[in-house]
Amino acid sequence: MHEFSLCEGIIDTITAQTHQQGFSRVQRVWLEIGALANVELEALRFAFALVRQDTVAAAAELDIITLPGRAWCLDCAQAIEINQFFDPCPRCGGHQWRLTGGNELRIKEMEVE
Amino acid sequence: MCVTCGCGESEAAIQSHGHAHDHAHAHDHADDHLHGALPHSHPHDEKRRVSLEQDILAKNAALAASNRHLFLELGVFVLNLVSSPGSGKTSLLSRTVQVLRDEFPVAVISGDQQTANDAERIMAAGAPALQINTGKGCHLDAHGIGQALERLPLPKGGVLFIENVGNLVCPADFDLGEAAKVVILSVTEGEDKPLKYPNMFAASQLMLLNKTDLLPHLDFDLAQCLDNARRVNHEVDILQLSARTGEGLEAWLNWVRRGRHAALAAQISQLETELAAARAHLIHGGGTIRRSII
Repeated sequence: MHEFSLCEGIIDTITAQTHQQGFSRVQRVWLEIGALANVELEALRFAFALVRQDTVAAAAELDIITLPGRAWCLDCAQAIEINQFFDPCPRCGGHQWRLTGGNELRIKEMEVE
Repeated sequence: MCVTCGCGESEAAIQSHGHAHDHAHAHDHADDHLHGALPHSHPHDEKRRVSLEQDILAKNAALAASNRHLFLELGVFVLNLVSSPGSGKTSLLSRTVQVLRDEFPVAVISGDQQTANDAERIMAAGAPALQINTGKGCHLDAHGIGQALERLPLPKGGVLFIENVGNLVCPADFDLGEAAKVVILSVTEGEDKPLKYPNMFAASQLMLLNKTDLLPHLDFDLAQCLDNARRVNHEVDILQLSARTGEGLEAWLNWVRRGRHAALAAQISQLETELAAARAHLIHGGGTIRRSII
């Protein structure tokens, strides 16, 4: 359940930014989470609902944007899309690829007032 | 609504002027257009959007970078050992430090939810060890390691082993400042573990397949296990060993010795850079002194 640790990080960041920029409340937070990120989205939503209590984000909605898994196949020398770490290259069926995107854990933006 | 891109009034940005609008923001429509191609302004109301673009793990990453810098300065090779509970991490570490402590300084940080049993076993094997109890926590983080280093003297020019909490999920995400993650898998766990917990195997540079002395008693498909690991991470090094019998241990010890050499080489390179900078200051400053004497 490291989703709680992640949510504490989210709350710390948005609280600091909210105060720094002179706002009082966060109404919505957009996260970008890669398809291969080590996160269970339902657990993340559950943890966020608990961790946000008594913070500037007490009533904040959470929007999660999922980013696709992308890799570079070394054999094909082509960009490919993958959904799991054990997926083969859809072109050649090999596993000689390097991840180029899809493990993001990012706070994209927030709506404040 | 913005007439250029169609985004709603509530999506107004924090800047309260006609702006170039080159920040990213989400849309509730499906148009796939280039946002920011045309300068335009938005009317504003009370709600503001603030672009953050920050990694959720940024705080841990910064603390890990600070740990890593300290390890570089002191020439310490640091390994983060991860596995499920019961894979044999502590037995392996006990045997490892028994041999390596005669070659260079070694130390161990052990993470568990409760008890100091692991650190006690390591100390009995003859190496300084510190136990971190995470309580309800499921992983070690860079902050906890930083705090532990205030109490455990770093093995300068040697190796620090960090024995993470037995968990194949959460520790994958938390950089501690280590040179490499080493995932330990025991043959009693099944050959599909790399597929079941791919993030951890993808994040590791070395996989140790432990308890190989039990292979004759098990229906463990060794070739399938190695193939599964390479499907998840085609660059991972794999070594097979038994911490109990010592079979295969030497290859693992050599892997650690090579890593320590690399850490020392990196420290020397860092020191040489600093030395060259100091010499450059001296040459520059020396000239000034001579002129003033004359």
